[in-house]
Amino acid sequence: MEALLSAIPWGPVLILLPLAAGIVCFVFPSTAKTVGLLTVTLVPLAVAGLGWRLLAHGVYHHAIGGWGAPLGIDLQADGLSLLMLAMTAVVGFGVSLYATGYFKAEKSGRFWPLWLFLLAALNALFLSGDLFNLYVTLEMIGLAAVAMTALEGARGALVGAMRYLLATLVGSLAYLLGVALLYHGYGTVDLGLLAARVTPSPAAWAALGLMSAGLILKTALFPLHFWLPRAHASAPAPVSALLSALVVKGSFYILLRLWLEIFSPMSGGVAGLLGLLGGAAVLWGSSQALRQTRVKLLVAYSTVAQVGYLFLAFPLAAGMGLTAWSAVVYLAVSHALAKAAMFLAAGNLMRFGGHDRIVDLDRVVQRLPLTAGAFALAGVSIMGLPPSGGFNGKWLLLQAAVTQGRWDIVGVVVIGGLLAAGYIFKVLGHTFTQADVPHEPIAVPARMQWAAVLLAGGAILLGFLAPPFLALLAVGNPFAAGGAGS
Amino acid sequence: MSIASLYALVGVGLFCIGLHAVIAYDHLLRKILAINVMGSGVFLILIALARRGGIVAPDPVPHAMVITGIVVAVSATALALGLMLKVAAATGRAELGDEGGD
Amino acid sequence: MSWEAWVPLLVVASSLLPGLIIFGLAEERVRLRTTFNLFGAVVKLALVALMLWGVFHEHHYEARFGLLPGLELVLRAGPLALLFVTLSAVLWLLTTVYAIGYLEGSPHRSRFFGFFSLCVSATVGVALAGNLITFVIFYELLTLSTYPLVVHRGTEAARRAGKTYLTYTVFGGALLVLGTVWLYTLTGNLDFTPRGFVHDLGPEHAPALVMVFALLIAGFGVKAALVPLHGWLPRAMVAPAPVSALLHAVAVVKAGAFGIIRVVYDVFGVEFAAGLGVMRPLAWLAAVTIIYGSIRALFQDDLKRRLAFSTVSQVSYIALGVAIVGPIATVGGVVHLVHQGLMKITLFFCAGNLAETLGVHKISEMNGAGRRMPWTMAAFTVGAFGMIGAPPIAGFISKWYIGLGALETGQGWVILVLAGSSLLNAAYFLPILHRAWFRPPPDRWPVEHDFGRKETAWALLLPPVVTAALALGVGLLASVPFSPLDWVRLVVQREFYTP
Repeated sequence: MEALLSAIPWGPVLILLPLAAGIVCFVFPSTAKTVGLLTVTLVPLAVAGLGWRLLAHGVYHHAIGGWGAPLGIDLQADGLSLLMLAMTAVVGFGVSLYATGYFKAEKSGRFWPLWLFLLAALNALFLSGDLFNLYVTLEMIGLAAVAMTALEGARGALVGAMRYLLATLVGSLAYLLGVALLYHGYGTVDLGLLAARVTPSPAAWAALGLMSAGLILKTALFPLHFWLPRAHASAPAPVSALLSALVVKGSFYILLRLWLEIFSPMSGGVAGLLGLLGGAAVLWGSSQALRQTRVKLLVAYSTVAQVGYLFLAFPLAAGMGLTAWSAVVYLAVSHALAKAAMFLAAGNLMRFGGHDRIVDLDRVVQRLPLTAGAFALAGVSIMGLPPSGGFNGKWLLLQAAVTQGRWDIVGVVVIGGLLAAGYIFKVLGHTFTQADVPHEPIAVPARMQWAAVLLAGGAILLGFLAPPFLALLAVGNPFAAGGAGS
Repeated sequence: MSIASLYALVGVGLFCIGLHAVIAYDHLLRKILAINVMGSGVFLILIALARRGGIVAPDPVPHAMVITGIVVAVSATALALGLMLKVAAATGRAELGDEGGD
Repeated sequence: MSWEAWVPLLVVASSLLPGLIIFGLAEERVRLRTTFNLFGAVVKLALVALMLWGVFHEHHYEARFGLLPGLELVLRAGPLALLFVTLSAVLWLLTTVYAIGYLEGSPHRSRFFGFFSLCVSATVGVALAGNLITFVIFYELLTLSTYPLVVHRGTEAARRAGKTYLTYTVFGGALLVLGTVWLYTLTGNLDFTPRGFVHDLGPEHAPALVMVFALLIAGFGVKAALVPLHGWLPRAMVAPAPVSALLHAVAVVKAGAFGIIRVVYDVFGVEFAAGLGVMRPLAWLAAVTIIYGSIRALFQDDLKRRLAFSTVSQVSYIALGVAIVGPIATVGGVVHLVHQGLMKITLFFCAGNLAETLGVHKISEMNGAGRRMPWTMAAFTVGAFGMIGAPPIAGFISKWYIGLGALETGQGWVILVLAGSSLLNAAYFLPILHRAWFRPPPDRWPVEHDFGRKETAWALLLPPVVTAALALGVGLLASVPFSPLDWVRLVVQREFYTP
């Protein structure tokens, strides 16, 4: 058994399985739902297999086709990659379950191939070991995501998708230019080799700037977040969930890797800048969310704010690397679960009432208790209230900030939490009341409600799983490579 | 200045022109073309940087990157053009409209 | 984990699990829901009794669970914890009975009792918390589980009251978390230790410790309704009476006061805190709250709002007792946790009875209520006299100890505050009693429900009578071993002051 588990090439499986399934769904649309569900059930199992392999044998390497770096494509996975893959698998499963109830037959045939391609691309991204492969996966993700946003053909969605496409292409090109400069300067695109070779130099600085700019645009960090709110809000609910939960984490992951492996000796001022932008994102995004009158836009602006939290760790990592980075990963994974749950709940609200205006929510707690509960639980994690994954991440972040006397960051985190409570309870308060113009409810399938509840419950459950989570994160010591570590 | 450096500078120039055009112009077709120009700029830089001097054959790796990049650019342009047509059909004009920015 | 570690967990679970089940029950399953409710309450009481017996026989009940690197979730049944948990368990049983009667025929009872049970689980968790992080976690859970109770009626007014409630409590929670993180980075430990665990830090940390103290007290002070953080309490009166009773006598307000006690005695150590110079400001703040609350109460015509301001005033007795650094005053302050709980819940039960049975919400409508509802008003009278501080009811005991403690430490001004407060209490309670007993009743009550020969339903009548009797008994029998007073004296001697 053990030999079998060791022999299976988990990396290629994780990429090829959804890819092949996507092709099958495209060619045979009538089988899309079944094939899709089967795939998203198998992918978590494959991730578990990879996890077993990591725990048993350490960092995972796989050279595709037997060609190794610097010419071949290397796949590698350490604790950080594994957690990202697990996040993708779990959120993907929940959203897929939801999607089987959400999409009618015709649209189903288009959703599933695109989603499975996205899944393959995400898995490839988290498994990639070199910069150019990351570029390819970034583009795949971008194209799939844009196509999914425009899926239902609503006018707002089309415009949002177009803006998203333009932004993502510009970002990718900036990133590619950075890759070119690095290759020219150091003769390789492999992350491990570059980590050893890069020294501060004009070429490295230029590459850092370009790649960061491109990735920040794709992660929608303030002030380059302009494309996100409308794109995420106007997309169909399951697509919004995937976009906010997973797609933005992909580009952030790349930025994190670059930082840890290659660029941290040169950090200094850039870390401070990232922290500043992150703080601005938290405050801006949260206050904008508070002003919204529609649920999906509110949730989208919440994503802008939550992305900001992730960048607050960069200035903190110099002194307490392990705590700060653990906080970031915790926040990222919890956010993925919670935000996906929120968008799914918002989708339920729209299905139920035909609209998502906050003040016109009509007796939701009585008539859609599971959805209200899912929104509330997800909100607990977003607000950073205990017990939840969000609380654990917030605690670690505060710990790093207080220890280093960064009271500005402490202030941002505290105020961000208060603002989050404001916009979450704005929605929850109205779920109890009756609308001025009551409407007849439209039934929401049970699986759509339960999918939201399960994902939200996962975010809460993460609050209790810190020891195993952090233990997994430590496999391969991803944070000792570049950062000062602690 | 060597030919390679010239190519590289032209590439940088194309990149900047394209970036400016993407931001400054409203019409979607212009934006898409601008992105293509940016892409061409990056590819040009890659090719220029592949030169290894003198008699030695140029480095094939950046060439491979460029080919991959072209494939990606073609697919992305196809998607962008299709989307542009849909946007034009839905809103009546091929522009992003004034909900831009916030 | 040994079986002894399971007991604290089971105490929390005894209301958590029935609560979760009740959420799923259909609205019409009244008997099933009532069964689960009462079953949970009785089981909790039995488990608490088991713990009391066990601790008396030197058993050790503690459950630990790794939360974050270096931090654990700890539930521990120490003597102070047991005091609060017993109070909570007893009053929960009575409030459950009361709520079943009060909400007869109301909509959404499954939702109500579900959150009700969650709220009690959170309170019990707060009581049994063995370190500051566990306390904070259950404290925040208390906020989350009480919010749906405040907005239960689903009206616009309820929603806005909920919004106010949240603004205050979430803000307080943020301060609390910040203070806790800061403390953790300074000391690396958050376990409650008799006489505190902070005193090893050198004097260079004093300013930081003062800030931490301020943050923690402010965070707890929101729920404990210290001025100027008390604004949510009167506005939360839109909630149904059982919610007011629970919030004001047992759960929320007491959790805040309990937090203050824990911070002063088990985190900082009272003598160390006095050395930092933070006890004087706390005493003044408590004194201001006591007087302010009483003055505002004078001008309220709505009965529940008058009682709300009275709570604002009364809970600060606990803070005052704590802030006067001396064992006798401490005893008075801490035992008031129990005494005030019993008296205030009686008053709220009676207010609820008047509203449910006669449609009376305002004091001006209460003429002759004593004739129509003698048992209810008798209980009310006991509670009111207890508030004023008339012997032998419980309230007198607490005030006596606080006053004595103040004199002992040379802070005679406290006596003035106590006396002034008692006068004000008399000023706003005696007129109510006069109206109820000595004025003729109106021809028609606003909205009367007929219960035949009884004055009101059994479920509504029994709880206030029981709590009034307890308030009287606890005062009369205060010198008997194992009375709350005796218990508190033991705790103070053993754990709070250096022997």
